[in-house]
Amino acid sequence: MTKSFKVFHKPYLQLILLCFMLQHSISSMAQDGKALFIQNCASCHAIDRQLTGPALEGVLDRWPNKKNLYAWIHNNQAFLKTGDKYANDLYNKFNKTQMNLFPFLTDAEVGAILKYIGDYKAPSASADGGGVSPAQEEAEQRDMNIVYGVLALILAVLAIILMQVNANLKKLALDKEGIPAPEPLPFWKNNLYIGLVSVILFLMAGYFLSKAAMGLGRSKSYQPKQPIFFSHKVHAGINQISCQYCHVDVYQGGMASYPSQCMNCHLAINEYRGKEKIYDAEGNEVNGTNEIKKLYSYFNYTPGQTTPIDYSKATPIEWVRIHELPNFVRFSHAQHVNAGRIQCQICHGDITKMDEVKQFSDLSMGFCVNCHRTTQVQFKDNGFYSMYTKYHQELKNGVLDSTKGITVEQIGGTECGKCHY
Amino acid sequence: MGKKKNVKYWQNFGEYTSSDASKVKENVEFPNSLLFEAEESAKEGKSFLEKPAPRRDFLKYVGYGTAAATIAASCKVPVRKAIPLLDVPEDFVPGLSYNYATTCLQDGQNISVVAKVRDGRPIKIEGNEECPITKGGTSATVQASVLDLYDGYRLRYPLAKGKEATFEEVDNAINGALNANPNNAVLLTSTINSPTTLELIEKFLAKYPNSRHITYDMDFEGATLIAENEACYGRKYIPAYRFDKAKVVLSVQCDFLGTWLNPIEYANLFATGRKIDEKNPQMNKLIHVGYLPSLTSSNADDNFVMKIKDTKYFLLAVYNVLKGLPIDNIIQDSKQKEIVLYVAKQLNDNKSKALVVAGLHYNKFRVLVNAINDLLDANGNTIDWSTSLNAYKTVGNQEFQALVDDMLAGKVSTMFFYNTNPVYSLRQSDAFVKALSKVNMKVSFNSKLDETSVLCDYQIPDHHYLESWGDVELKSNHFSFLQPTIYPLFKTRQFQDSLINLLGYNTPYADYLTEYWTRKLGSQDEWHKTIQKGIYYIDKPGYAPSVQSKAEQRLQEILLSWVDEIKKIDSNKFEIVLYKKIGVPLTYQSANPWLHELPDPITRATWDNYALMSPQMAKNELGIDISDRYQADRYETNPKKPVIQIDVDGQSFMLPVLILPGIASNVIGIAMGYGRGASSSVNSEVSTDSTIEIAKKRLGPGVAAIGFNIFPVLKNSNFDLWLQNVNIKPVDKKYKVALTQTHNSYKNIQYGDRVEVAKEMTLADFIEKPSEILEDREKEYKPYGGLERYTEDATMYHPYDNPGIKWGMNIDLNLCNGCGACVVACVAENNIVVVGKDEVARYHDMQWIRIDRYYSGEDTNNTKVLFEPMLCQQCDNAPCENVCPVGATNHSSEGLNQMTYNRCIGTRYCANNCPYKVRRFNWADYNGADSFPDNQREVLSDVVMYMNTDLPRMVLNPDVTCRSRGVMEKCTFCAQRLQQGKLDAKKESRPLETGKDGKWDVKVACQQACPTKAIVFGNVNDKDSAITQVRKDNPYRTFKVLEQLHTLPNITYLAKVRNATDVV
Repeated sequence: MTKSFKVFHKPYLQLILLCFMLQHSISSMAQDGKALFIQNCASCHAIDRQLTGPALEGVLDRWPNKKNLYAWIHNNQAFLKTGDKYANDLYNKFNKTQMNLFPFLTDAEVGAILKYIGDYKAPSASADGGGVSPAQEEAEQRDMNIVYGVLALILAVLAIILMQVNANLKKLALDKEGIPAPEPLPFWKNNLYIGLVSVILFLMAGYFLSKAAMGLGRSKSYQPKQPIFFSHKVHAGINQISCQYCHVDVYQGGMASYPSQCMNCHLAINEYRGKEKIYDAEGNEVNGTNEIKKLYSYFNYTPGQTTPIDYSKATPIEWVRIHELPNFVRFSHAQHVNAGRIQCQICHGDITKMDEVKQFSDLSMGFCVNCHRTTQVQFKDNGFYSMYTKYHQELKNGVLDSTKGITVEQIGGTECGKCHY
Repeated sequence: MGKKKNVKYWQNFGEYTSSDASKVKENVEFPNSLLFEAEESAKEGKSFLEKPAPRRDFLKYVGYGTAAATIAASCKVPVRKAIPLLDVPEDFVPGLSYNYATTCLQDGQNISVVAKVRDGRPIKIEGNEECPITKGGTSATVQASVLDLYDGYRLRYPLAKGKEATFEEVDNAINGALNANPNNAVLLTSTINSPTTLELIEKFLAKYPNSRHITYDMDFEGATLIAENEACYGRKYIPAYRFDKAKVVLSVQCDFLGTWLNPIEYANLFATGRKIDEKNPQMNKLIHVGYLPSLTSSNADDNFVMKIKDTKYFLLAVYNVLKGLPIDNIIQDSKQKEIVLYVAKQLNDNKSKALVVAGLHYNKFRVLVNAINDLLDANGNTIDWSTSLNAYKTVGNQEFQALVDDMLAGKVSTMFFYNTNPVYSLRQSDAFVKALSKVNMKVSFNSKLDETSVLCDYQIPDHHYLESWGDVELKSNHFSFLQPTIYPLFKTRQFQDSLINLLGYNTPYADYLTEYWTRKLGSQDEWHKTIQKGIYYIDKPGYAPSVQSKAEQRLQEILLSWVDEIKKIDSNKFEIVLYKKIGVPLTYQSANPWLHELPDPITRATWDNYALMSPQMAKNELGIDISDRYQADRYETNPKKPVIQIDVDGQSFMLPVLILPGIASNVIGIAMGYGRGASSSVNSEVSTDSTIEIAKKRLGPGVAAIGFNIFPVLKNSNFDLWLQNVNIKPVDKKYKVALTQTHNSYKNIQYGDRVEVAKEMTLADFIEKPSEILEDREKEYKPYGGLERYTEDATMYHPYDNPGIKWGMNIDLNLCNGCGACVVACVAENNIVVVGKDEVARYHDMQWIRIDRYYSGEDTNNTKVLFEPMLCQQCDNAPCENVCPVGATNHSSEGLNQMTYNRCIGTRYCANNCPYKVRRFNWADYNGADSFPDNQREVLSDVVMYMNTDLPRMVLNPDVTCRSRGVMEKCTFCAQRLQQGKLDAKKESRPLETGKDGKWDVKVACQQACPTKAIVFGNVNDKDSAITQVRKDNPYRTFKVLEQLHTLPNITYLAKVRNATDVV
């Protein structure tokens, strides 16, 4: 029974942990240079090395004029037209690759980004993550389960031996007192034992059978081989490219959508020069540069080509789909990521550490519902919830605990018809 | 209301006579044996239940089941691919729907619509709310038109002499033949309102000397109307009928709400006069005189049923009365005279606010109608001559006859057909086929290999309208545009492009169109804006100056010869009257399964045409007395209906009989548009099995060869669609007609007699005592805390908490005219399956919303009709929820009665316990989702199998689950739209809008489709929403159906008010 208890609590604990992380990260979003950097710059720039754009370390020192730098960041194309020499040299140096425009960034935000770049220190190899990774935790859990199982087995054998000894001793005692007693039955003929064992076997079989039945169609830890070895660890982890740079529709659509803009960056990045080696699930080393070449063959692109890519001659990459819900379930990324401001990691695990992506959660209904029971909606921030006047009133006069907020369940997020229609 | 209490409401003859079958139905919702099937098995010597299921069968099933389960269990989860778009279009998010304005073209009628495109596929059609004519309204046919795009039986490539060819080959062949013989080409098309296309045709005519463009529609409605307008007023067009300005409308067998000219517009305009302001109740009055029931007669305040001869005299008599002339010489019957005087008085009292319209069978009488409208001062008031309706420009019969003569004489060298099918619909189609064989080259641009196309040498199939570019002049100065919403599915080419090719130009039509309109609108930018909006009009306020009328003069010229003609009609003999059925357009959509499965609002029959006759005629000729409860049962419970043989003009054919109140005693009504390719098996003499098979292969299985084609029987050469001197005799044959009329009964032993499902009252009663219904409800609820408190006090359950949203709907029975647009809209939105005729006959119809038809009154020959849309009432105290053993149906915090398909185990307890009978059970795997196709073949009909093929499945809405066998389903208030609407609001961080200041985040499918805006939906908790407003404005007429059961429905209805002396 200890085992089932553990299994029940495992995702629960992780969820709480992750929710904690999420809350922490949301609160620090607003004027956080790091977040802004990841969101806007990291897809083309790194601080300590050159990507599509130059390495940004010491950018403030390089630029002759801070004001010019701000103007350049806001609208580099307009600034180029001013004829600034430094800017035009830079532009030519990078093969006239156009930088994105950021007119919506405020000066304060640009300042925050530049401050982050200035304060940046290259991470040391050992400072990789403070906590225990979910995978590690899981492996430990598995080990413990084996220990518990062996212990239980030994105890059970001991109990049977002791009971048998007890029966023999009892007979000896009775014999001594002269009371005739039947020969004690060996345990394999004893109805009590047989009954006990059958009940235990029946319960165990039932437990495993129902667990297996529930698991049908679920594919937790599914980790298929993809046509191109795309490492999320390299892209989202080491290079800190924000998720929605590639999964563009995650804020608007039901699907996060699969990227087709690989060549935005890989026009410039044509080899893997990362310090960290890439390994596939079997532990074989993967040559990153070869994988980029595979990408080029899909897009029918030869490195150094000056003409734009002819999409009519390109073939789309047939990624193997990993996360999939049954047809009778409706899931919308926009609802969760945009309206709910849920971090990707809640469902997809620590994707920044995965070379080869695998399904992190079992995506079962229990998984969804448990989260809906505890997760708060953006009750104060999103104008949609202004309709819930009753809750607003109750939060105000203390009937509802305002520190706990309003959970998804309280606005009906665990009702059948919200996802099944 | 005092009088009302005694009114008898009945849905079918069984209920009318309280027959045994109806009593059985009251006791057992799902009888183990259907009465008619039991009868048949009894004939075979064994009862339906006693068919043996021996031990061997049992073992077989167990063995098979085990083996199948093993195999199924060993199947691996398939590997699915995720393929990104390479070159992503700007602002495109996969999985979101985008709307594109376009125009629905069908049978000479054009409706400005918006196509909802999901991932490159149009999946739903909505009305274009920018259009000032239809104002966002649609009809059943418009709603169903999206399915035609995915019709697997459209021609998929061009044909040359019956063989697949490339466009180049066909073009070369046609151009070669035309260059060799450029004279005497004829372009035969349906009505074309497109300015650019007409320009191209003009150029074509200029290029090829002596060529002609002739317009021929299946629907001849416009021909005589336009001709007579020219004769009387010198205006060769159909004016705008302003039903909104009319206080009194007299319809003489004119179904302007259902099938006449532009019914969506007319229904909308007419509804403005039906909307009741409870503070100052007044409404227009609709008087219908005729011999055949229609949507208009069913909605009439006064409906007078009389024979054809009598209606003709009637019209003449009304004219005489208005003119102040005596009528004694025309009408002798005193009752008839009373009617004439009554109607004439109503019209005369509302001079300049009255309108007379007459239907198809009154072509000669248009002069008389014009003269009466002149007397009523209608021109310039209720008839607006400043705008013309651009439809139905079909040529007259004489012109067409001249064409046939020319063809016979070899004076036509080449013939082009576009969107027209004369071989099917022409009365002398034999002669036409013969004449056609004399034409050197025949080219068809029709999209199917239909009756005409198959006789042509070359076929270049046209695009569907959803694949086309184009422009249409709906009314004068009102333009609507087409833009492609999908890349063409097949190797088809737009007609206009074919025309450009014949002209030898190089510009594609899309460029031609852009160039034309950029020139007209002034700039490319303006054109882009216009095509986005879909509509462009120049609003000209004010009316044209009153017209000079020669109607009076013309009338005097022909009056005497008319009277002679009328005298000759022998009204003791039977007459056949042809009519158009709602939802069955005459040609283009005739292969649309959604439309065939839509129960006709009048007869509630699906999938067939039949001979309609009055109870009196049935009694006299067939010996079926439906006022006798045994005979009513025998006729009604068995879908196999008696068959009659009809002899007319030396031809004889057979049709099943449907008995219907509201038909003149000597009239047989037969619907047009059926029997495509071949006639059904009831007429084994007309079509053999092989012809039916061929027709099915060409036009589609299960849709071709349905019903009987009545066109060939019409031998007389005028446009009056009626036949005189008809003989009928019963034959010893039965034919199955799938009627849904008896399927749902509200009578139940638990709930007692069905009273007050629908409520109506007269206008006079309403003015006298508006609070009657409210007081009744107050009385009902008094013991339970009154209207204010009963929701909480009358139940032992806790009332549901609706903290944010509570969805609610209101249906105004005064505005609903029963047209069925909502039914098809619901089918399209919610992936509702087509089950086929046999399954409908077995009570297995699946539509989530139905239009209940009630008759009231004791006289079965002339009854009043009341339509009431019935759908899941989303009860707050739902009887279905309590009985589900697995909790598959339960209540949401937004007031919805949710239905979870994947949880349902199919006990059907919920359907049994539903007092409204709105739950639908998947008796078979209609979707084909869960079975191997071969396993369905014996079980389901051809058409269901066809609907499960890849092409028609493209129309499915990806947001809605397809239900599999053994699952209950029902209206969900379009849950997918509600979720999307909420998400849209959340994304923009603002409250949900349902009608505040005309802003809508959510509209349910039935609401959006309704041409009269009878359905209002929204958030009841929002005090500014449209639904709150409607309920606040109409406290007196509001009621809930069967509310005495305390089911607490979330749908309210507004009682119908009839502008008549009595509700019966």
